[in-house]
Amino acid sequence: MEHFEPKIVCFACNWCTSAGADLAGTSRMEYDPSGILIRVMCSSRVDPQHVLWAFRKGADGVLLGGCHPGDCHYVDGNTKTLRRMILLKKLMGDLGIEPERLRLDWISAAEGKKFVSVMNEFTDQVRTLGPLELDGQTNPLGRE
Amino acid sequence: MSPKNAPREKRTGVFVCHCGINIAGTVDVKKVAETVGRHKGVVHAEDYVYMCSDPGQKLIVEAIKSQGLDSVVVACCSPTLHESTFRNAAKSAGLNPYQLEIANIREQCSWVHKDKDKATRKAIRITKSIIEKVKRNVSLQPISVPVTKRTLVIGGGISGIQAALDVANAGHEVILVEKSPSIGGHMIQLSETFPTLDCSQCILTPKMVEASKHPKIKLMTYSEVQDISGFVGNFKVKILKKPTYVDPEKCTLCDECSKVCPIVVPNEFDLGMTGRRAIYIPFPQAIPASYILDDKSCPSLFPIACGKCYHVCKPKAINYDMKPEIVEVDVGAVIVATGYDLYDKENMAEYGRGKYPDVLDGLQFERLCSASGPTKGQIIRPSDHKVPKEVVFIQCSGSRDPELHCAYCSKICCMYTAKHAMLYKHHVPDGQAYVFYIDIRSGGKNYEEFVQRAVENDGVLYLRGKVSKVFQEGDKLKVWGADTLTGKKIEIDADMVVLAQAMRPAKGADDVAKILKVPTDKDGFLAEAHPKLRPVESVTAGMYLAGAAQAPKDIPEAVAQASGAASKVLALFSSDTLSHNPVIAVVDEDLCSGCKLCIAMCPYGARIYNPEKKIVEVNDVLCEGCGSCIVACPSGAAQQINFTDEQIHSMVDTILEE
Repeated sequence: MEHFEPKIVCFACNWCTSAGADLAGTSRMEYDPSGILIRVMCSSRVDPQHVLWAFRKGADGVLLGGCHPGDCHYVDGNTKTLRRMILLKKLMGDLGIEPERLRLDWISAAEGKKFVSVMNEFTDQVRTLGPLELDGQTNPLGRE
Repeated sequence: MSPKNAPREKRTGVFVCHCGINIAGTVDVKKVAETVGRHKGVVHAEDYVYMCSDPGQKLIVEAIKSQGLDSVVVACCSPTLHESTFRNAAKSAGLNPYQLEIANIREQCSWVHKDKDKATRKAIRITKSIIEKVKRNVSLQPISVPVTKRTLVIGGGISGIQAALDVANAGHEVILVEKSPSIGGHMIQLSETFPTLDCSQCILTPKMVEASKHPKIKLMTYSEVQDISGFVGNFKVKILKKPTYVDPEKCTLCDECSKVCPIVVPNEFDLGMTGRRAIYIPFPQAIPASYILDDKSCPSLFPIACGKCYHVCKPKAINYDMKPEIVEVDVGAVIVATGYDLYDKENMAEYGRGKYPDVLDGLQFERLCSASGPTKGQIIRPSDHKVPKEVVFIQCSGSRDPELHCAYCSKICCMYTAKHAMLYKHHVPDGQAYVFYIDIRSGGKNYEEFVQRAVENDGVLYLRGKVSKVFQEGDKLKVWGADTLTGKKIEIDADMVVLAQAMRPAKGADDVAKILKVPTDKDGFLAEAHPKLRPVESVTAGMYLAGAAQAPKDIPEAVAQASGAASKVLALFSSDTLSHNPVIAVVDEDLCSGCKLCIAMCPYGARIYNPEKKIVEVNDVLCEGCGSCIVACPSGAAQQINFTDEQIHSMVDTILEE
C-alpha cells in the first residue's frame, strides 16, 4: 500500500479533548494531519450510529475523545460513551470492520501531549490496517 | 438525507483569518477562501489579516448587511477565544448570534502541521464541515433564569472566613459550612506569622468574631456538605449537621463536664501532643463558644452508660438525644475553601515514620511556640520536657521529591522554617538552630529580608543539602546530612527535629470535590478554570476556589484569592437573572413513544415524563446540553438543538468527501 493517507474522523468533547487539541496547538506540537475533529459538547452525544455512518461514508478510522472518568463536565457522560462503544466494538467485527478502527480515549484539557500521541498512534494503526474496504453489495452498512 | 430534511437554502458567508502568519504561515488562506467560496450555499467568502480586529469585525458586519447573510462561518482560532467576539459582531448586524460558528483552523490545523499543502486541504475540510453545520443551525435566544443571591462557603479557615465576610458585607446572605466544631482552620493553630511575627490568633480572632456575629452569615460548624444539585445561580444543597449533644445557647463554658469525663483521647488542635476529654471545647476562643460531645470518643453514649457530664451540667445544656440533621438550602454560588493538611510524617521512612516523639512537623512546632499551646509557649521536648539545645529544621520534607513523595514545591515552608528557627532562637537564645534546605524560595513582600534576618540577626545556620536519615540514639536524634556547598558529610546530635512537611489537600477534600463535581489536578488540589486568567474559578460555572484547596499558598495569598472569589460571586449576583445556554435537548412530540429511556440518562433530572401527553419532555432550565439522552432515544424523537444527527452526519460527509 503506497502512500495510503487514512481518513480519520475524530469526535472530541468540548471541555476536555477539544481543549486538549487546542493546547497541542498552543504548544505547537506537530501531529499527523489525517484526522479532522468534530467538536461536540460531550462524548455522550456521539451515537454509535454516527460512528457507523462515518465508516459507511469512507472513514478508515474513528477516534472518540472524552474527559477522564470522574472528570466529565456532565457528571458521567463519558462512562455512558464507554458502555456504548464497548458494545459497538463487539458488533463491528460482525459488520466486517476491524474493531481496532475505533478508538475511545480519555484526553483532558491539560493533555495536549497525550492528544498528539493518541492521534499519531491511531493514525499509524489505521495506516497499518490499510483502507477500510466494505463491499457495497454484501456489507450490512451498504457503503456507498 | 431525505428531501424533507433538506435545509432551506441559506446564504452563508465565510471569513478566513490570516492571524498574521499564525494561520497564513502554514495555510494558504486565499485558497481556503476561494475553495469554500464555491461550496454550495456560500454566497460570500473573503480573507483578512486579523478578523478579530475592529476593521475585521466591520467586514463581517457589512457583509451580513450588504449580502443579506443569514449564517456565517469564521475560520480562525479556537472558539474558546473569539466565538463571543464574532457572535457579538453578528448580533450588531442584526444576525442571531447562534447563526455564527467558528472553524478552528489555528490551534487544530495551522499550528500543528508543517506541510502547507496538507494543512491547507485540512483547513478547507474543517471550514466546509462547519459550513454544513451552520446551514442547519436555528436561531436561539438565551434562556433566562433567576439567581438565588445566597452563597455557600465550604471551609471555615481564613480563606472561607474572608470570602464569607466579603460577600456578606456586600449585603448577600452566606452559609459558612465547617466540618470541625469551630471555625478558624489551621491559622488559629499558628503561633506567629511571617514576615511580621504578628500573633496569628490575635489577627484571626477578630475576623472569626465578625463572621459569627454578622447578620448575613449563617455559621454551620460540625457540618458537611452531603449533596449538591442544580446549576449556576440555582444550586440545591444538602448539609449534614452532626450532633454536638450540647446546646451552644445554654453552654456556659464552666468546664464541669470535661472535669468528670473519664475518657482521654489525643487533642486534634494540639496535633496529638496533649489529650482532651470526650466532651471538650476545641480551644478557648472557639466559635461557636460551646463544648461538644464527640460521639466517636465517648463509648457510653449508645446506650447511655456513663452520664456523668449530664449530671454535672447545671444549665442542662447536654442533650444525648440530639440527632444528625439534614438541612436543605438554595444557593446561587459556591466558594470552596477546604484548605490543606500536612503530609503525614508517617510517610517519611527516612525520618522515622513519626515514631520518634521529638521529631515534630511544622504545625506541632507552631503549637509548641504558641502562647496558648500545650507548653504556654515554652519550647521543650515532648519526650522529657527538657529545653532542646540543638534543633534541626528540615525543609522540603515530602516536597520536591517526585520519586517518593510530592513533586511540587509547598511554597510556604522556606518562610515558616525561617520563622520557626527565629522563634526558637528568641525562646532559647543559647541554642543552635540548623536549617537544611535545597533552595530558599522567599519571593514575596519583605520575605527575603525576613530570611536574611534569621541568618544575620538570629544566627540560624543554613546548610544547603538534604538530610538522608534521622534516627534515635540514646536521648539524641542523629541527623545525617550533607552540605552540598562544601561537599562535606554532616552529622548532628540533635535534641529536636522539625520537619517542614509538604502541604496536601485537606483530608476529605476529595469527597467534597466529588460531591460538587469540581475537578482536581494530579495532586488532588482543586483545578482552576485557567491557570493564568481564571485562577479563582473552577470549570464548573458558579463554583469558585479560595485558599490552599487550590494550591499551596500563604495567608496573604489565600486572603487575596478569597476576596477574588467573593468579587466573582458579587459580579454573578449583580443581575437578577442569568442566561442559560439554549443549546439543549428538544423532543419531537409526534415521535416520542414515552419509553423513558432518556430519563435514566439525564444527570440533571431535566427529563420529565408527562403522563397526560404520554411523552418525556425537557426542562429547558435544568438541561445542560450534553446530548446523552439523544443517543439513548430509540425513535429519534430527541435531538440536540444545533447538534442534530443530521448536522453531525453532514459534517462527517464533508470531512470524508473526495
